[in-house]
Amino acid sequence: MADLAIDREIDRSKMQVSDEVAVEIINMNKWYGTFHVLRDINLTVNSGERIVIAGPSGSGKSTLIRCINALEEHQQGKITVDGTELSNDLKNIDKIRSEVGMVFQHFNLFPHLTILENCTLAPIWVRKTPRKEAVERAMHFLEKVKIPDQANKYPGQLSGGQQQRVAIARSLCMMPRIMLFDEPTSALDPEMIKEVLDTMIELAEEGMTMLCVTHEMGFARQVANRVIFMDQGQIVEQNEPEEFFNNPQSERTKLFLSQILGH
Amino acid sequence: MTLLTDPPKEQFRLSMLLYDTRYRSATFQVIALLCFMLLAAWLISNTAQNLAELGKPIDFGFFGESAGYDINQRLLDYDSQDTHLRAALIGLLNTLVVAALGCATATVLGVTVGVLRLSNNWLISRLMTVYVEMFRNVPVLLWIVFIMAVMIETLPAPRAFRGDNATASMLLGDSVALTNRGVYIPEPLFSRSLGDIHLLGESSLRFNVSLDLIVVLAVLIGGVWVSQFIKRRADRIQESTGDRPTTWYLRLGVIVVPLVIVLAALGFYLGHPELKGFNFKGGTHMRNSLIALWLALSLYTAAFVAEIVRSGIMAISSGQTEAASALGLRSNRIMSLVILPQALRVIVPPLISQYLNLTKNSSLAIAVGYMDITGTLGGITMNQTGRELECVLLLMLIYLIISLSISTVMNWYNESVKLEER
Ligand SMILES: Nc1ncnc2c1ncn2[C@@H]1O[C@H](COP(=O)(O)OP(=O)(O)OP(=O)(O)O)[C@@H](O)[C@H]1O
Ligand SMILES: [Mg+2]
Repeated sequence: MADLAIDREIDRSKMQVSDEVAVEIINMNKWYGTFHVLRDINLTVNSGERIVIAGPSGSGKSTLIRCINALEEHQQGKITVDGTELSNDLKNIDKIRSEVGMVFQHFNLFPHLTILENCTLAPIWVRKTPRKEAVERAMHFLEKVKIPDQANKYPGQLSGGQQQRVAIARSLCMMPRIMLFDEPTSALDPEMIKEVLDTMIELAEEGMTMLCVTHEMGFARQVANRVIFMDQGQIVEQNEPEEFFNNPQSERTKLFLSQILGH
Repeated sequence: MTLLTDPPKEQFRLSMLLYDTRYRSATFQVIALLCFMLLAAWLISNTAQNLAELGKPIDFGFFGESAGYDINQRLLDYDSQDTHLRAALIGLLNTLVVAALGCATATVLGVTVGVLRLSNNWLISRLMTVYVEMFRNVPVLLWIVFIMAVMIETLPAPRAFRGDNATASMLLGDSVALTNRGVYIPEPLFSRSLGDIHLLGESSLRFNVSLDLIVVLAVLIGGVWVSQFIKRRADRIQESTGDRPTTWYLRLGVIVVPLVIVLAALGFYLGHPELKGFNFKGGTHMRNSLIALWLALSLYTAAFVAEIVRSGIMAISSGQTEAASALGLRSNRIMSLVILPQALRVIVPPLISQYLNLTKNSSLAIAVGYMDITGTLGGITMNQTGRELECVLLLMLIYLIISLSISTVMNWYNESVKLEER
């Protein structure tokens, strides 16, 4: 299905995976009340990896990546981000959140602020960046996502694709080392999916560590270096994209792939 | 001159008044206006004619006559020899006092309760729910009477404060007395007072302005202005260096220090109420009627304000908090930079109606004998002079003006917090 969205050569020269560990999750378990959402998750992500997380609805994909920046708290196990272990200490959480950017399905831009203000808010109040510098950096990233001319508009005046690109720029302004994407294209029309994917590919080409929940299998094939399949709160299978798509191991993966690739 | 490119002029036909979208709405408006004017003219002429036949043509002359009744709670000097106009003025001021006190208290209380009701603390949020449900589901008139009754029944009489084995004692270092005749609080006085200015001579509208008060207010406003200036400077420093200098003590200082100096220069002191004979003398006497009305109106309205604040905050999607948290903002900053600016837009318009409701509900003052504008102009004055139509018309006009003033101020505030989305 979604393969049609990407139609350009991808420059893999900078997409190097280093052996430095960016995110490490060990034996993590999470419950919502009595409902066991995440079961024994073990996952190590190295710097520069592009990981796509796939799986049926309700399998816990969002919950998993939201645990990484402490939007959800886990009850068991250990999560380490860039050497900092996630704990209840507010300072730890602050540190991790400043290293990890996140892009949401529904953009979540601040509607009362202009595009530029959306991008400078956190750098000014969290990073204590001088406004002038924050604005310069915001303009730099807005240019990168190709909407510098919209800087003084409000989010409501932009198309969905443009809003999602602003959301990406807003995250980048905090200079994160890791980016989390939770179905960034699911709320968009096909036209706009392409522009957002292009932005994400550019990020990957620059060597950003990315964890991406998405149903865009084209993106997974061409950009990811690892695809993770989740079902019922477990990581069922993970592999390189080629292997994952052509030679799935478990029955559940096969079933999922046959459904999503639509035959 | 007609250019070739001009569209052909359409002939005007009478039917276009009804069927052409350009004229249609104007047509209906003109018809409606005509009907309304006819009706109003008929009502007015009919009433005037009937009154004339009764021998009571519309006449506001009664305002100049002596009122002949007392008003115990008042801001300006007044005695029963004063005119009905002055009685109405005293009543109007009483209405404004209780409305202003009520709106301020209801806002503070309501915002607090509204935010606490969203608290994760089970006990606190439940307590707030109980409070809200109790107050908004019982008519405010009952609350007024209930609080009045409680005060009269449970508070000690002034004589209980007397003697060596007094059963009641004053609070806050012998400065406040809660009695069944009302609350006595200290009164601000100046030993080196600059005196008063008497305005409007001996007329019914005469009033005094304390020069001390003017000076103190001027110093206060000046201090706030300088403090704002310091805040703007801090903003600029934050913009250029990223660090925000700590200025709160400086900002507080420029307000407090000059104020203290001026107060000292004027010989400011608090005149405490003292028990003399059977009653308290000195200080400011707030009668039970005022307290009961004020408390009941505030508690009742605060329950509604709390709901407005709560729903305003809840109307902001959790995605906003999540996005802001993911960017590393802490929860107090999220509240002040992201949630409140958006919630205010939802909160302010219904808040205006609550202020208007409170102001109009203050006319229930009559139930506890607090002499507001309804009690004076719409009560005793109306009964004594028999000028029902004049009094009620004036009363309506006065409430209309008060309400419109509140709306204007609040709408102006609303404009300033409004979300600029498109
Ligand atoms: N706040 C919550 N309280 C209780 N249950 C929740 C909560 N959030 C999610 N869940 C449940 O946890 C499970 C995993 O949810 P999650 O959002 O992680 O799924 P997902 O894989 O992202 O699905 P989708 O593809 O639909 O986004 C679902 O069954 C969901 O109903
Ligand atoms: Mg999800």
